[in-house]
Amino acid sequence: MGQKDISLSGNHEMAEREQTPAYNLRPAVDIYETDEGLTLVADLPGVTKKELHIDIDQGLLTIKTDAYQPMTGESIRREFIHGKFFRQFQIPEEVDEEKFLAEMENGVLTLQMPKSEAARPRRIEIH
Amino acid sequence: MELNLLKEMEGLRREIDDAFRGFGIGRFLEPSFLPGISTARFPQVNLSRDTNNLYAEVVLPGLSAKDLELSVMRNVLTLSGERKSEVQTDRIWHRRERGTGRFMRTIDLPTEIDTNKVSAKFENGLLLVTLPIVEQAKPRKISVKVG
Repeated sequence: MGQKDISLSGNHEMAEREQTPAYNLRPAVDIYETDEGLTLVADLPGVTKKELHIDIDQGLLTIKTDAYQPMTGESIRREFIHGKFFRQFQIPEEVDEEKFLAEMENGVLTLQMPKSEAARPRRIEIH
Repeated sequence: MELNLLKEMEGLRREIDDAFRGFGIGRFLEPSFLPGISTARFPQVNLSRDTNNLYAEVVLPGLSAKDLELSVMRNVLTLSGERKSEVQTDRIWHRRERGTGRFMRTIDLPTEIDTNKVSAKFENGLLLVTLPIVEQAKPRKISVKVG
């Protein structure tokens, strides 16, 4: 099954992800659209600005993070694992990649993707 | 005018994740913050220990210290708080996986702890609570004299 993913995107990140699937966590996201553009919000607990990487390559948006330090001591109960987050999206052509704005606060990424001028709804005044 | 939905480059992979959700390792892949009211285990907690302390690590993205209440009684740790939702007007939702709302969770700790010395650090949506183990509950070395 994994092979299909790799050939689909043909990019190295995907290949890397398939090698260590247990350590690649898929972050929960909200995506919503307004007249101005699209906004993507992703939960990335424990991730600092330095550990976050956002790439856009030919309309493919990649969000990934480096692994962070595990906690001290001997583990007695584990409900989540420390790992690397990874998720990719195909972004529509109507957004202006040059104007993307990313912010990280309390482990939550907010990525603003404004629509290009031509794609915005326009109200036509009737005289 | 409406934009196309964002397409996700996940394919089969995603379906497989879903199929294993709730079982073994698949449970760890669960991305939802508040998947539903019926989910008892929220927020997710990791517990660890060394000789002197217990450590609780809690996943709480999007919250700050003021949204969170933490209390400890003998060997029970209680967490409660709220992840607030934004005011929403004129939005078309393409994906909505991040939950909002109130939560509360109690965690039974395996030993008694010194409640006066508990400390907590909240950084980047990850809460780390350090819980010092009471003197009596620490492992003790007993030297045996050969006579």
